[in-house]
Amino acid sequence: MSPLLKSILSPQFVFAIIRVTTPLLFAAIGVAISALSGSINIGLEGIMLVSAFFGVIISGFTGSLLLALIGGILVGIGMGALLGYFHLKLKADIIIAAIALNMFASGITVFFLYIFAHDKGTSSSITSLVFPSLQIPIIKEIPILGEIISGHNVLTYFALISVALFYYLTYKTSLGLRIRAVGQNPDAAESVGVNINRIKLYSLLLSGFFGSLGGLYLSMGYVSWFSRDMTAGRGFIAIAAAALGGNFPLGTFLGALFFGIVNAIAIYISPLNIPSEFIHSLPYFVTVVALAIYSIRLSRRKKILSEKEEI
Amino acid sequence: MGKFILKYFNLIRAVIAILIGIIIGVCIIYIISKEPGVSLKSLFLGPLLSKSRFGNFIETASPIIFCGLAIAIPFQAGQFNIGAEGALFIGAVVGTAFGVSTNMPAFLHIPLVLLVAGLTGAFWGSIPGFLKAKWNTSELVISLMLNYVAYFIGLYLINFHFRDKAAGYLVSYKLPETAWLIQFIPGTRIHIGVIISLGFAVLIYYFLYHTTLGYEIRTSGFNINFARFGGINVFKVIIIAQVIGGFIAAIGGMTEVMGVHRRFNWQLSPGYGWDGVVVAIIGRNNPLLIIPSSLFLAYLRVGGKILNLLSDIPAEMITVIQSIIILLITAEAFLAGWKYRITVREAKAKEVGRT
Repeated sequence: MSPLLKSILSPQFVFAIIRVTTPLLFAAIGVAISALSGSINIGLEGIMLVSAFFGVIISGFTGSLLLALIGGILVGIGMGALLGYFHLKLKADIIIAAIALNMFASGITVFFLYIFAHDKGTSSSITSLVFPSLQIPIIKEIPILGEIISGHNVLTYFALISVALFYYLTYKTSLGLRIRAVGQNPDAAESVGVNINRIKLYSLLLSGFFGSLGGLYLSMGYVSWFSRDMTAGRGFIAIAAAALGGNFPLGTFLGALFFGIVNAIAIYISPLNIPSEFIHSLPYFVTVVALAIYSIRLSRRKKILSEKEEI
Repeated sequence: MGKFILKYFNLIRAVIAILIGIIIGVCIIYIISKEPGVSLKSLFLGPLLSKSRFGNFIETASPIIFCGLAIAIPFQAGQFNIGAEGALFIGAVVGTAFGVSTNMPAFLHIPLVLLVAGLTGAFWGSIPGFLKAKWNTSELVISLMLNYVAYFIGLYLINFHFRDKAAGYLVSYKLPETAWLIQFIPGTRIHIGVIISLGFAVLIYYFLYHTTLGYEIRTSGFNINFARFGGINVFKVIIIAQVIGGFIAAIGGMTEVMGVHRRFNWQLSPGYGWDGVVVAIIGRNNPLLIIPSSLFLAYLRVGGKILNLLSDIPAEMITVIQSIIILLITAEAFLAGWKYRITVREAKAKEVGRT
């Protein structure tokens, strides 16, 4: 067995998959929730970035993990609110507004990074706290399975719980029902007295909430510093992940997991003699291919359906 | 007065948005800078204070104009293709590769290098274009992902095949002199590419507003179903708009390489594609308005760089200002109440005049 195959079949590899899937999963849930209401949020990239940044800054200056968590989440929800304000109240195109918001996030984080850390690259001069890892008793004793499941970051477990939360929210609460109704048929929803804008705003706020956790995980779990544009397109890959999963909870999880696996493979094959540029481009390339295949299948299915209707 | 405002409402609105963005910038400088006077002077007057800086301002505007056009055409067709950044990068890489490995007289070499770069960019734009037209794949996500792919493939090509190892850092071999664009104002690096960009703006204006294909592009963007019922080949339009966009973006990148650096020296993606999004929105996708928008943004960018050098404020403040400007300009309801009041007043005045 080749050493590569051996390392890919190891529990560490599966552990790595879960690790790199975490931020994608948070972001993908954020995208999916907004997409269900019909106003897809492509600003997750920016939301993650500001939360990642403010988490590090707040924890660095206050020394409190709780404040960093609250601050990071509030900033993320605030970004969602800002998008909602411009899209719903001031009637801006949501895609352009989100592009502007991503730009804003990229600029403002580097701006403040320079002000606080006198560096435009990373926040390494500020000692950031990290969210703790969790050793699960009993399970961690189990060979292989224990190595895979136990010892992850708290936020990773919360990401997995978030999938269930997302399911509960959309299918078991009235808010979720309204979000789906607004997304599927806004006129019908309005006719039964649902305030469309308010529901869309809620879904954008929720989207900001999940995105902020993804950002916090990146800077205070995955690594322990902030670096400029550290989200590196994860907010956009998340759009693909949510689309692949049809914005369903389980589907979104599988979509994020798929890109997590690709990312983990990219990390694991880097010792091989492949130019690193190819390895770095792999997740983005795979996203293009996966999204293309997905839309081909979708359009075929639609075609068959419409043909059936004609008969 | 009221009539004047109504006639030029969009322009006035854009100017107000820009002013608000700048006022916010000034406020930030006052709050953060220890020497606000010096900072403000370097930001707002910096680009005018020396010949070479003025040259920087003009030469920065050129690729931004190209990218603004490259974004505006798909936007006019209703396609959110924001892949100008990737098309520019990969086009410049392949064009450079072609330029350094061929030898011919300048009158052939310059257009051929530009053509190779442009075709590469066109190919790059055709990928999201084709996927969208054929299977309705999100051109937004695809073009974004391709920006990253272009960046890494481009770096690979330069690093492994065209790297000038004598240079000490990651740059390509120098282009032969037959592929240089002339710098025609002594003391600056203002090059022929600047003029080419202006020519393209006029050309694209004519194309969009005075040709059949241009009309089809605008109609498809306005209402795709209407276009379809009107007999427009929407499939073709969606692809062509993005192909032309990629072509122009790549030409923009290549002229910068041929006119300013004379070799490929971007280790990071230069960000012109994103500036293109900004100026396309400020200029409402109108090629002629993209020229002043690009000059404005280039002025801010160069001012921001000088600000960065001479004071304690980082250049990223410009990114913050421009994002605020875009948000305000795209917000349709921004100042809509004002417009409404003026419209009502004008209408009343008209009625009174009649009776």
